[in-house]
Amino acid sequence: VVEIVDQYDNECIPKDFRDNKVEFIKNKLTNKSCTRTFTVPKQMKSPIFIYYQLENFYQNHRRYVKSRSDKQLQSKKNAAHIRECKPMGETDNKDPIIPCGLIAWSLFNDTYGFSVKGKDLKVNKRDIAWGSDKNYKFGADVFPKNFQVGDVGGKSLNSSIPLSEQEDLIVWMRTAALSTFRKLYGKIEDDLQANDVITVVIENNYNTYDFKGTKSLVLSTTSWIGGKNDFLGVTFITIGGICLFLAITFILLYVIKP
Amino acid sequence: GVIECPGPDKDIRRFDGNLRLLPPFIDNDVCPLTIKNTILQSCYLRNTEWACGVAVYTGKKGKWIKLVWWAHYLGKCYSNETKLGMTRGIPEPKLTAVDAMIDKLTGAIFVFQIVVVIVLGTAGNVWKDTEARKQWYVLYPQEFPWYELLVIPLRFELLCSIMIPISIKVSLDLVKSLYAKFIDWDYEMIDPETDTPSHATNTAISEDLAQVEYILTDKTGTLTENRMIFRRCCIGGIFYGNETGDALKDVGLLNAITSGSPDVIRFLTVMAVCNTVIPAKSKAGAILYKAQSQDEEALVHAAAQLHMVLVNKNASILEIKFNGSVLQYEILETLEFTSDRKRMSVVVKDCHSGNISLLSKGADEAILPYAHAGQQTRTFVEAVEQYSQLGLRTLCLAWREVEEDEYQEWSLMFKEASSTLIDREWRIAEVCQRLEHDLKVLGVTAIEDRLQDGVPETIETLRKAGINFWMLTGDKQNTAIQIALSCNFISPEPKGQLLSIDGKTEDEVCRSLERVLLTMRITTSEPKDVAFVVDGWALEIALKHYRKAFTELAILSRTAICCRVTPSQKAQLVELLKSCDYRTLAIGDGGNDVRMIQKADIGVGISGREGLQAARAADYSIGKFRFLKRLILVHGRYSYNRTAFLSQYSFYKSLLICFIQIFFSFISGLSGTSLFNSVSLMAYNVFYTSIPVLVSTIDKDLSEGTVMQHPQILFYCQAGRLLNPSTFAGWFGRPLFHGREAIVAFVISIHVYAYEKSEMEEVSMVALSGCIWLQAFVVALETNSFTVFQHLAIWGNLVAFYIINWIFSAIPSSGMYTIMFRLCSQPSYWITMFLIVAAGMGPIVALKYFRYTYRASKINILQQAERMGGPILSLGTIEPQPRAIEKDVAPLSITQPRSRSPVYEPLLSDSPNTRRSFGSGTPFDFFQSPSRLSSIYSRNCKDN
Repeated sequence: VVEIVDQYDNECIPKDFRDNKVEFIKNKLTNKSCTRTFTVPKQMKSPIFIYYQLENFYQNHRRYVKSRSDKQLQSKKNAAHIRECKPMGETDNKDPIIPCGLIAWSLFNDTYGFSVKGKDLKVNKRDIAWGSDKNYKFGADVFPKNFQVGDVGGKSLNSSIPLSEQEDLIVWMRTAALSTFRKLYGKIEDDLQANDVITVVIENNYNTYDFKGTKSLVLSTTSWIGGKNDFLGVTFITIGGICLFLAITFILLYVIKP
Repeated sequence: GVIECPGPDKDIRRFDGNLRLLPPFIDNDVCPLTIKNTILQSCYLRNTEWACGVAVYTGKKGKWIKLVWWAHYLGKCYSNETKLGMTRGIPEPKLTAVDAMIDKLTGAIFVFQIVVVIVLGTAGNVWKDTEARKQWYVLYPQEFPWYELLVIPLRFELLCSIMIPISIKVSLDLVKSLYAKFIDWDYEMIDPETDTPSHATNTAISEDLAQVEYILTDKTGTLTENRMIFRRCCIGGIFYGNETGDALKDVGLLNAITSGSPDVIRFLTVMAVCNTVIPAKSKAGAILYKAQSQDEEALVHAAAQLHMVLVNKNASILEIKFNGSVLQYEILETLEFTSDRKRMSVVVKDCHSGNISLLSKGADEAILPYAHAGQQTRTFVEAVEQYSQLGLRTLCLAWREVEEDEYQEWSLMFKEASSTLIDREWRIAEVCQRLEHDLKVLGVTAIEDRLQDGVPETIETLRKAGINFWMLTGDKQNTAIQIALSCNFISPEPKGQLLSIDGKTEDEVCRSLERVLLTMRITTSEPKDVAFVVDGWALEIALKHYRKAFTELAILSRTAICCRVTPSQKAQLVELLKSCDYRTLAIGDGGNDVRMIQKADIGVGISGREGLQAARAADYSIGKFRFLKRLILVHGRYSYNRTAFLSQYSFYKSLLICFIQIFFSFISGLSGTSLFNSVSLMAYNVFYTSIPVLVSTIDKDLSEGTVMQHPQILFYCQAGRLLNPSTFAGWFGRPLFHGREAIVAFVISIHVYAYEKSEMEEVSMVALSGCIWLQAFVVALETNSFTVFQHLAIWGNLVAFYIINWIFSAIPSSGMYTIMFRLCSQPSYWITMFLIVAAGMGPIVALKYFRYTYRASKINILQQAERMGGPILSLGTIEPQPRAIEKDVAPLSITQPRSRSPVYEPLLSDSPNTRRSFGSGTPFDFFQSPSRLSSIYSRNCKDN
């Protein structure tokens, strides 16, 4: 498993604004584009998964996690089901927001453009969400409406595409259990060779500066057991070691004092 | 007519009323009504087709209906013999020690919960103000009302509410009723003679059986069979039945009857007449006797065999057939037996000659002092002494002629006394006293009451189990001591020592009490069996004035014999022991034990020959005393172990899941998010964790045989060693301190399912299944005996967990749609499960192994021995039993009665090991001079 992690939240703020990141990110007029480059350490076979990683972002906060309406997402006729969505259920004019709730409202809105050796890499953004979510949880007849009107949180949605096709939203709405989490952004379906230099053009829109969160871009391949996770190996070795130690202790005890 | 009676009271054995007939029937203006004329609610009528009566005391709930009824016959109030079923009184709710402990623990957990809620709630509010306000996506309003401050603590309260398992009450009740059923179903506790199964009336207190520290037992009918047999008698100074052991076959007595010795005839007449026995002719023509008192029945039977047959009792006319001639007596008055008076008398008129005479029978001290001045009572005193040393029950018979006018005068007073409403009993006793004097003592009867089968063994076993025995009896001191000796209650010299507390005045009692106490204190260090004997009179004084000293004595002494005690004193003694925080069990069979049984923590009734009064009032009813061993050692112990496991486990599993919730709140911004969805939480408590432990009700840590052989292990239950705050802390700390299950399950699941896999529903299911796996292994580890049921419940439950969750995952509208399928197809899920189990269980297994091998408790050793299948090594090596020598001495106490009367045979045949201890060469040692032994005993008693 090869994994490239690049934290960019600090680097993508122009030097003038380093002291006042929040103002920069909130200002609609500033140029948010930013270019990052990194080299591929080892060959990466396709598919290469692109994740964005947020830290210190509490998607599991009680207020946040329940602020959604599964009914509304599922079917057009449930558009008025916004009771659970407080405080982001309706616009100031009392029109229901589709999709309603804090989770949808705070949709992640950074974008990435990849190129290797001056050639654009194609990023496949289809099939990044769970099939069951697309087929069932998010209705094909539900279109965004009144979304990001007034108080804008995160990304806006194209109101002509049904929710079941809005895979970024579907991925985002599978809330994470931890405050550090990765979400799938897309897949690169080309192999990357070692020492390839990847250039990423990042539209740094998402506000994590308010709460001192971090943003990282992750490129990773995967194995049968999933992505890179040292924990499993470490624990197995630890537990094995403890067991061995106990076994030896007991053997010794048995020899010394049967 | 009008019925006068006092207001309803608690005493259902008394009813003092009057029937006043209105003018048309002036002849008999006031007619006393007593309990004899009363039928209590839900009684069965016997020996009669019908009864007419009037209802008194029709209480609101119909609880205290006493039906006063009477039958007019020959113008006199006549009481028919009805079997009185004692209603149960007002049962005090009994709470077991285990229940009390659970309540305490629940309280402790509640406090802990409150602390957690306050701490986390405060922290949550602080975090909200410092951090969450900056998190724009949470959109906290800038302005909020003050009560918003309460939201987070309340959230935590909701999260922590599962900390106290509500299911515990339900499962405990369920399990307890199962224990009760186990007792009901026990084939080994069915009385083979009467086919009476044991029965648990109170289903809630089975655990307490294992925690009993004091057993207070009645003697007659409990230790003994209560089958009275007339054995010996002494008439006018001549002893009958000493040679053969059976007076009925004594040639001398038979000769005396045929030759018509007036004393003997008189004696037999008193035996046949002075009683309340009702003769009934069976269809075959034989005469059956119905008696409330077994002694009376025995006497009447014996009289009948000696040709003095009580043929018929028709109202007040009594017919007796003697050597072919029929004698008729008119019973003028019956002076009833009460436990205070200790004697009963009848005033009869010989229909033939018209002579009026008073016939009395009663305890020696109630008769002999009233002998007329000229009579020598020494021979009778000696007879009583001799008989009671043999363990026989003695009664003195006496008579006196009454002049016609003396009777008339007395009769008026008696009538007046019988119609008083206040203190009737006392007044009657006083009046009776006036007639019962100047008696001519005729002789002494000795009735034998055999020991029940297996009584010595049962007492021996239970005493090894660390249970102290007290014998409370209404019998004479000597009789009681003899019975106590013959059933291993106390050991004979030099092993045992018997101290007696006596005295008639306060000072005497005080002095003797202090002396006994002093001896007791000195001897506690010695391996000596010290018991004390106290009689009712001294006990009354001791309880009244020297309660403190007596209490100390009660604590020091392992054995006590209380003779001549009244039912209320029995209850007082129970209360005394209870007040010292001892668990008491009272066992008895008769109506006089009811109060003691109801007072004690556990009341056991023997459904014996004295009717069902005790059995009905009791929590458990058994057919024979020997079943007590099984009831306590097997049922009590298992119940206790199982409940201890079940309750602690219930707390443990709730804490486990709750701790995970709390840990999760630390990484969810202390906002009170629940990791698990409500369906899972509910199913966790109701299904996944409760079913496997319910089968722990059939778990047996040791086989029944082993428990019976090694009663010492009951010690582990008695002081509550399996369920007390410290063991509970062990269970409590498991999820908390050991960092094992909860932390392990949680840390592993959140780390394995981190980053891109960190999806709420998934993590929640991973953590939950981790818990379930752990539970399965914990239960499996704690289970001692595996049966099909256990395997089915533990592993079947695990399978059921997956099936249930697959079903939920298949429902599109449920929150966890497809989650379980996804997880089960991921290898990392299964690896995580393995990790959780390994990390969670590893240390526990290691610790358990260590304890089992190097810090083995007696239970472990026995388990090991059981598993090996080999002979179980004696526990004596582990804890030297001070009473080991006792076994060698015990047969001596049995030999004594045996050598005199062969009826004690069953005792010996039931105890092969004691016989073996003597070796085959010396079987005749049994018959060594009994007189020497008895002299030792009597000296022993007198010395103290």
